[in-house]
Amino acid sequence: MLRFIARRVLETIPVLFIIVTATFFMIRFVPGGPFTAEKAVTPEVMRNLERAYHLDQPLWQQYANYLGRVLFHGDLGPSFKYPNRTVNEIIADKLPVSLELGLLSLAIALAVGLTLGVLAAVKRNTWIDYVCSSAAMIGICVPTFVLGPLLVLTFAIHYGWFNASGWYTPIDRVLPSLTLGCVYAAYVARLTRGGMLEVLNQDYIRTARAKGASETRVIFHHALRGGLLPVVSFLGPAIAGILTGSFVIETIFQIPGLGREFVNSAFNRDYTLVLGTVILYAALLIGLNLAVDVAQVWLNPKLKFE
Amino acid sequence: MALSPTTLPSADVTPAQLEHGHSPWHDAWARLRKNKLAVAGGVALLALTLLCICGPWFSQTYQDQNLDLGATPPGAAHWLGTDTLGRDLFARILYGGRISLMVGLVATFVALTIGVTYGAIAGFLGGKTDRVMMRIVDIMYALPFTIFVILLMVFMKDPSEKLDAWLRNTVHLEGMQGAGNMVLLFAAIGAVEWLTMSRIVRGQVLSVKKMEFIEAAHSLGYGRRRIIFRHIIPNILGPIIVYATLTVPAVMLLEAFLSFLGLGVQPPMSSWGALIKDGAEKMEEFWWLLVFPGSVFSLTLFSLNFLGDGLRDALDVRASKD
Repeated sequence: MLRFIARRVLETIPVLFIIVTATFFMIRFVPGGPFTAEKAVTPEVMRNLERAYHLDQPLWQQYANYLGRVLFHGDLGPSFKYPNRTVNEIIADKLPVSLELGLLSLAIALAVGLTLGVLAAVKRNTWIDYVCSSAAMIGICVPTFVLGPLLVLTFAIHYGWFNASGWYTPIDRVLPSLTLGCVYAAYVARLTRGGMLEVLNQDYIRTARAKGASETRVIFHHALRGGLLPVVSFLGPAIAGILTGSFVIETIFQIPGLGREFVNSAFNRDYTLVLGTVILYAALLIGLNLAVDVAQVWLNPKLKFE
Repeated sequence: MALSPTTLPSADVTPAQLEHGHSPWHDAWARLRKNKLAVAGGVALLALTLLCICGPWFSQTYQDQNLDLGATPPGAAHWLGTDTLGRDLFARILYGGRISLMVGLVATFVALTIGVTYGAIAGFLGGKTDRVMMRIVDIMYALPFTIFVILLMVFMKDPSEKLDAWLRNTVHLEGMQGAGNMVLLFAAIGAVEWLTMSRIVRGQVLSVKKMEFIEAAHSLGYGRRRIIFRHIIPNILGPIIVYATLTVPAVMLLEAFLSFLGLGVQPPMSSWGALIKDGAEKMEEFWWLLVFPGSVFSLTLFSLNFLGDGLRDALDVRASKD
């Protein structure tokens, strides 16, 4: 297993390298720079700005400097748009918010989704199954940016139970994580139902029942392990989706997280912040996917590390 | 037990029909027809598409602003209300539907072309080429693609406007302002969605390659091209159709997501995503601006998903029926 992990990590390094390089050059080749968007500045001021941020150096030199800084000092550079703030600071500020949103949503997605899925599978073709499957279908077809505003409209504006936006009190966490969580709960529910149905038809389940195991034990101890496999493989892209889905949620609910910051920084041509966020997200995703793959093999002894 | 036509469980087949024989497509179609949800989805989809294509021909009102009117709730004159510029919402939804559906179809087509080609090559060549190609797909799968699409859309905005101008001058696409941006959108979305399709096609090609009729074709001396086009591809069309049908809603979702961030279809063109974004901003006072476009969008996704699921059940004989 360690060899597998080591090999994957080795594979990742060139990938990250390519991503950073591609992004670095792409954003610099595009018209418009960090200082051209707002009111026009005089050429002298422009030259001073460029000198301060090293934008007047040849491209390859900027690239080498950036790489050196990141690899040896872990310093992602100053933000171009926010004077006197470094990218590391901004990320340290905003990342915990996004992580909290992401983890809460994931928790809701798993809790609700697994429950609905197992219920639907165990009671298949009864009304419970139909209700759960329909709820799952609704979650898949109603996107977050429709569900979110609808929830805000109903519960925050109409009933006044929650604030319409913001991230101040613990109560503010409810609507955003519910929105993001419900959509993924739907996918999890469908996958769990499918996986459980397949497992419950297997012979070893029949054996367990014949040996007198209680239905609860059969479901939770024997069947769930195999039934969870499709969910675990889905978790990789799901986590990616939750991280990027936070862009929309953070915009709707005005949450000061990294997702919204990333979109803004792309619009503002804030080179360093964009690069820093891309590196972070890519590394996070690749790491999580690796964890998911390891978990998959652990769950299903028939699979092996290739 | 005697095996006469009266004792065998039959599928309502008359002796006359028995003589003709049924292709798997015919059986699949029959199975699909029996699935009421899928049929309902297909019918709804057809109705919506026709409405979106033909509706705006009869009423030019989606562009008419009536600033005195402002935003009004649903009523007799405007069935679904009006937006803040006095434009009829019903007409705007139909017009936006054109764009959304078109983006869905074209981008899916792009993803389909890239994915099927890539997957078929990988599957057919096999061996090391296949492993390398699929490793690339695996790695790309792990990347936060949405981030790159966002970056692409933001950074290519200006070049896409140049493309737009070029298109207007050379190809005289007068009616389609913002065409450059649309081309970019198709490319960007297609570039994200082809991965799943390539995996499926490759898997299908691999499993079909091993079948005996392929071996027979080889031993009969058929060339590679003939085998691929006459034997392999017709036998994998089923899953391709299914996943293409399921890719369209994913594509529409991505386009709406981009529009919500302000990166999708640009004004004056409008799509359901842009309408939803508008509605979400103004929903405190004008709830209909959010609810109606949102419902129509979700309904379309429903229909597409039900249809896709039904197609998958109908075409995949070996799938265990729930």
